[in-house]
Amino acid sequence: MRVHLDAEKCQGHNRCYALAPELFDVDDYGQAMLLVEGDVPADLQEKARLAAANCPEYAITITENG
Amino acid sequence: MTDTLDENTTGPDLRIDPETGNKIITWDRNGETMEFIVGSKPEGTDVWQRVPYDAADYGPVADFATDFDHADPAYNPNAPEVWKAVREGGCPIAHSDRYGGMWVPLTHDTVHEIAYDTDHFSSRSVVPGVGRPGDRALPAPIGVAPPITSDPPFHAVARRLLLPAFAPKVIEPWESEIRLLCERLLDEMGEITPGETVIDAAVQYAQHIPVNVVRRMLGFPEQDEAMFREMVHEVLERINEEPGTRQTSNDFGAYVQEQIADHRENPRDDLTNFLMNAELDGNKLGDEVVEGMIILLLVAGVDTTWSAIGSSLWHLAQHPEDHQRLLDDPEVMTFALEEFLRAYAPVTMGRLVTEDVDFHGCPMKKDDWVLLAFPAANRDPLKFEDPDTFVIDREENRHAAFGLGIHRCVGSNLARLELKVAIEEFIKRFPRFELAGDTRWSVGMVRGPREIPVRIIETA
Repeated sequence: MRVHLDAEKCQGHNRCYALAPELFDVDDYGQAMLLVEGDVPADLQEKARLAAANCPEYAITITENG
Repeated sequence: MTDTLDENTTGPDLRIDPETGNKIITWDRNGETMEFIVGSKPEGTDVWQRVPYDAADYGPVADFATDFDHADPAYNPNAPEVWKAVREGGCPIAHSDRYGGMWVPLTHDTVHEIAYDTDHFSSRSVVPGVGRPGDRALPAPIGVAPPITSDPPFHAVARRLLLPAFAPKVIEPWESEIRLLCERLLDEMGEITPGETVIDAAVQYAQHIPVNVVRRMLGFPEQDEAMFREMVHEVLERINEEPGTRQTSNDFGAYVQEQIADHRENPRDDLTNFLMNAELDGNKLGDEVVEGMIILLLVAGVDTTWSAIGSSLWHLAQHPEDHQRLLDDPEVMTFALEEFLRAYAPVTMGRLVTEDVDFHGCPMKKDDWVLLAFPAANRDPLKFEDPDTFVIDREENRHAAFGLGIHRCVGSNLARLELKVAIEEFIKRFPRFELAGDTRWSVGMVRGPREIPVRIIETA
């Protein structure tokens, strides 16, 4: 699984950082930053799905491998 | 951020004309110098233009699809039923001739589309009422209270000033102080006899929390709390009164200037000094701009959060199963918090139509109002499964309580923290409580209970 963040769409709702701080951080303006590169570790995949499902601006997408 | 600034665009410069006393803002855009005179007193028809509308000519709303009025006293208590009935009647966008013409999108898709379309829908004024910005008011893209009344590209400049003060990591450290404030309010309720004592969860608790938090962040004196609440009330709830008769605003402006002067003499590490030191394109903000931003933060941060806290406690008073779940499983708060915000979103915002446009078959005219009902979007069955049911652990919840697009509530991290702590402390102190009388709801575009009598069944 891979997770993608569209920084242009992010408006700083901070939902991803609250739900999945292992995968997302926020900058000094409250804008989201993706912390992982490549595959999302298995134990964080559920959190990645939650972050995507709760972004009001649809800035986070998930692609499943294979 | 989606806004991009042209390199030739600069921020506004504000000065006072010594002869007339007028505030004059000059603003350079792509080489063209624009000059605006801001009336120093909000009266007459220059700054606020009276909309040809008198509530007395209309009376109570009989049909919300064709005569929508958010200031009808029957609206807020029954808003979810109103949205549902209008939608199920086949009308995704309600209309009204009130306020000079107003459209009210009630589906998530239409609310989303308008929030994103800043070309056709300006934020120049965000409070639909009997007054519209007149000829001497700051036009788009600045508006009377940046950044909430601003459009691109200026919006991004003004917003970037405020964002660092409300970023998650700046807000998080306030948790312990908010918790102490809530505990103090609960202590002040005095002796509680379980099964007998009735308290008001809005008047004695919810309404005091945001006003005290913002006041502390600004570094303003404790004894001024009541004045803040009065000022916020008049801006948001008295929309049918004549523009220019709102004396409190002028008094409040003078008061804020006194506080700014005090902060200049005695600088401290608070939000007021942060704003005074902030720079717009290398220039410090004028005191008038700082004053405007402070008033905006109070108006935007007080009534709204108080409403969210009140609605959440109102819900818990009637749903002991949700109350118990929060006590048994505190971790569920992560989801419950967002569900409170979805189901009881307090904030509806306004837009002004910039040019005649056909919006999904609605013939919108220039200067018509649009009432952007984010709370209705949050209960759209096309977007949310079983939208009128409070699902405490709802896992997919892209609610729009803090708006959508570039105007996302700048204080959302603070509001969320206040709501979480306020609920946690109340249910910890009172593990069981129930409604004990009639709830009185707000009137106008911020929806929440103003009186919530509850009987305390059990104390900690």
